[in-house]
Amino acid sequence: MIRLLLAALLFASPALAQRSGYDDASVQTRAMQDDDSANPGFLWVRHGEELWSQPTGTAGKSCANCHNAPDTLRNVAARYPAWDATLARPITLVQRINRCRESHQGTTALAPDNDIMLALSALVGLQSRGTKIVVANDGPLAPFLADGARLFRQRQGQLNLSCANCHDDRAGQRLGGSIIPEGHANGYPQYRLEWQGLGSFNRRLRSCLIGVRAEPYGPASAEAVAIELYLMQRAGGLTVETPSVRP
Amino acid sequence: MARALINVPKIARKGELVEIRVLINHVMEPGHRRDAMGAAIPRDIIHSFVCSYNDEDVLRADFFPAMSANPYLAFSTIARDSGSIVFTWTDDQGVVQTERATITIL
Repeated sequence: MIRLLLAALLFASPALAQRSGYDDASVQTRAMQDDDSANPGFLWVRHGEELWSQPTGTAGKSCANCHNAPDTLRNVAARYPAWDATLARPITLVQRINRCRESHQGTTALAPDNDIMLALSALVGLQSRGTKIVVANDGPLAPFLADGARLFRQRQGQLNLSCANCHDDRAGQRLGGSIIPEGHANGYPQYRLEWQGLGSFNRRLRSCLIGVRAEPYGPASAEAVAIELYLMQRAGGLTVETPSVRP
Repeated sequence: MARALINVPKIARKGELVEIRVLINHVMEPGHRRDAMGAAIPRDIIHSFVCSYNDEDVLRADFFPAMSANPYLAFSTIARDSGSIVFTWTDDQGVVQTERATITIL
């Protein structure tokens, strides 16, 4: 009987729900995220809606010329980073938008924290709000995912900490006055009260790496993409919250 | 970027208390910070905000440093007549911005 119970417990443990950073945020911060007229992320979303139909680049095309309304991209953000057959590597949503800008619009790629990129990625991300995250973990993505998982557990920096030391082992405990979240990348771009602005996943990753006194990964580096891929896969089952609000 | 998110009910009954919510896109630089080179960053905040309903002021506010970026205001007024609600704010650089919403009384 005990053995059966133990087996049931062991079997049940991987199915334990992940905890979104939303659940650890204060009542006020959650209220801010829930109300579209109080969520400052919507300043960028509205900007994204204006940009959506503005032609840009040498091709003179707007996003709307190919994609029609933004809601044709429903649920797309929930499956990114995704495999790109042309490049033969996974790309993030920001890189996907940049690929569109370069190859279809004939304009320049933007950094993840450029205001135009934040506006566009917030608008595209919003189309998947409430959708369960399902990032493919098989096929050609498998080695990149393994790479991300390895980096997540890799101790680094002068403090010699890995991502897992805080976000797996000590999630729910406190670092200073703040609760350590599980570190799910389910709401980017994200409005952080600390930043007083919207920021990309890369900005968050940079802050964490600088926090452990490590060399931050570049936004387009293979490491940053691998970590984002691993984190989105790890967040599988949570819903997209873009644009999320966090302390 | 969008200048502001304005939330005013489109329709209301006469005499009804309506809630108005405004989220303004602004850096609200307090003037106490220094940049990476140590130079003082000049103050740039919205210092005055006026909301008028059919040319009558319903809220007039002076802002001071220590307000967060992208300030949010929620206040209420009594719906009297159909018309326009106009929001005007001025910042330290002298930029005056105006947003408008309409309300219809049933």
